[in-house]
Amino acid sequence: MADPSALADSPGADSPAAEYAIRTRDLNLWYGTFQALFDVDLDIKDGIITSLIGPSGCGKSTLLRSINRIIDRLGYVRTTGSIEVLGHDVQRDDVELVQVRKQVGMVFQRPNPLPLSIRDNVIFGYRLHSGEKISKDRRDEIVEDALQQVLLWDQVKDRLGSPATALSLEEQQKLCIARLLPVKPALLLMDEPCSALDPEATSAVEELIWELRGRFTIVIVTHNMAQARRASDECVFMLMGKVIEHSPTERMFVTPTAQETSDYIEGRYG
Amino acid sequence: MDSSGAQASGTFDADRRNASWWVDRVVQALVFTGGVSAIVLIIGIFVFITGHGFGFITDHMDVGEFFTSPKWRPTSDNNPTYGALALIAGTASVTGLAMLVAVPFSLGAAIFIAEFAKGKTREVLKVLVELLAAIPSVVWGFIGLSIMNPLIIETFDVPVGLNVLNAGVILGLMAAPIMTTIAEDALKAVPEGFREAAEALGATRWQVIFKVVLPAARNGLVAAVLLGVGRGFGETMAVLMASGHSINLPTSPFDSVRALTATIAAELGETAAGSEHYQALFTLGILLFGVTFVINLTADLFIRGRRKP
Repeated sequence: MADPSALADSPGADSPAAEYAIRTRDLNLWYGTFQALFDVDLDIKDGIITSLIGPSGCGKSTLLRSINRIIDRLGYVRTTGSIEVLGHDVQRDDVELVQVRKQVGMVFQRPNPLPLSIRDNVIFGYRLHSGEKISKDRRDEIVEDALQQVLLWDQVKDRLGSPATALSLEEQQKLCIARLLPVKPALLLMDEPCSALDPEATSAVEELIWELRGRFTIVIVTHNMAQARRASDECVFMLMGKVIEHSPTERMFVTPTAQETSDYIEGRYG
Repeated sequence: MDSSGAQASGTFDADRRNASWWVDRVVQALVFTGGVSAIVLIIGIFVFITGHGFGFITDHMDVGEFFTSPKWRPTSDNNPTYGALALIAGTASVTGLAMLVAVPFSLGAAIFIAEFAKGKTREVLKVLVELLAAIPSVVWGFIGLSIMNPLIIETFDVPVGLNVLNAGVILGLMAAPIMTTIAEDALKAVPEGFREAAEALGATRWQVIFKVVLPAARNGLVAAVLLGVGRGFGETMAVLMASGHSINLPTSPFDSVRALTATIAAELGETAAGSEHYQALFTLGILLFGVTFVINLTADLFIRGRRKP
């Protein structure tokens, strides 16, 4: 289970809100003058997999990327409202982004292993946060453990020193998940993690995500209805920067409440 | 021109060439000439230099003396000696110091422009750096003579300000812009995805640069430094003006030295074409040509080289 007390110095961590890993209130976001999110109020439960679905440009990636504030990289993004991650408002100016990103791991659309060896990729995040020298044995232990968890160990154990960029896309994406694990984040954000993969690789990575269920709070953006249905506990349907519906996956796909949701699910647009 | 009739009967003139065909041919020929001219020129220059210097190498040169003796006395009446060691040491010391100045400057500037500066600042800086690269070397030499010289005399309390330090600093400042431009290109070529990935893992900006961007750009950065070294080796006018131009094996940065290039520039006009001295100067040219050729070739291989993490 994700451990909400990881940021224990906060008063919010012990409040009833702790059953939610992420809560947004009145979240508005602009790219320059273009408004991409409108008054998003969202409560994402701790320890489950939540899918963000909706047509292209509906703001689901934007929402995901503002949770760990990686969206700030663009430099022309402005937000109002709040995003609480494990009880901390990450929108505040004095928040330490390094600490936020330690709690919130991210998997990107295109696998983006660093131009280092497989081993160094896995240990990269851990090295950043541990702040001390790691013994060789400890390092090998961490690397093996992480690669075991993503079911990659057997394929790569004999070539840990070779470049990660030489792996297949499926292996790269698994590696990108593996490198998050030693940091021990509470949340994993996944931005269409299978969109660059072929069907077989997709099902392998999906299986892996399902394996991780329960150990992390997972938020996954996907275009793929079937994937959302297969691989998530709850679904959030977004349209034009607004959250239209948020309900358990089963209910959303069987009895959606909003007309827009059922239109989308049935493939009338998107 | 009567194609309509020809086509109607199912035949056409397959050999017909119109103006476009000829234009295409001419342009192809022109572009080809442009393309091979670089090769022709470099071979031509090499043949020219070796042709003039080869007589010295075969007939007069004492290889041991050339590389180990600091006595460059080509104009001595009874016993001219051609020891290039002091000249080689002069060029090497000036270039070495220049790199000590230029590498931190240019890498710092490149990192700032590529990773930190945004929008207008970035554009203005890039243009300024490129302008800096366009300053004629004689102007740099002038700065060495008129500003650096008195400054060095006053600051370090030495008798002469035209020395390794002066020429090294001037040459470093000269080489820095081109090195900055190449290093910045190398940094910019590092995919955004790497930075994003590292940042999402919790790396600070410095960690992103130091642990991801710089290693990923390593080859391009090495190439930038090598091209700077090549520039330093080949630079003539500024070094001639700022180095003091006296034959010395330098033991401190305050010694005056003489560079290979400056020697050729200063002496070639004074020699009789085809004389021993004349040929010896061309031999210096062969040496310079060889060294810069190797440096630039290495730099090029680095730029092309596949990164091995």
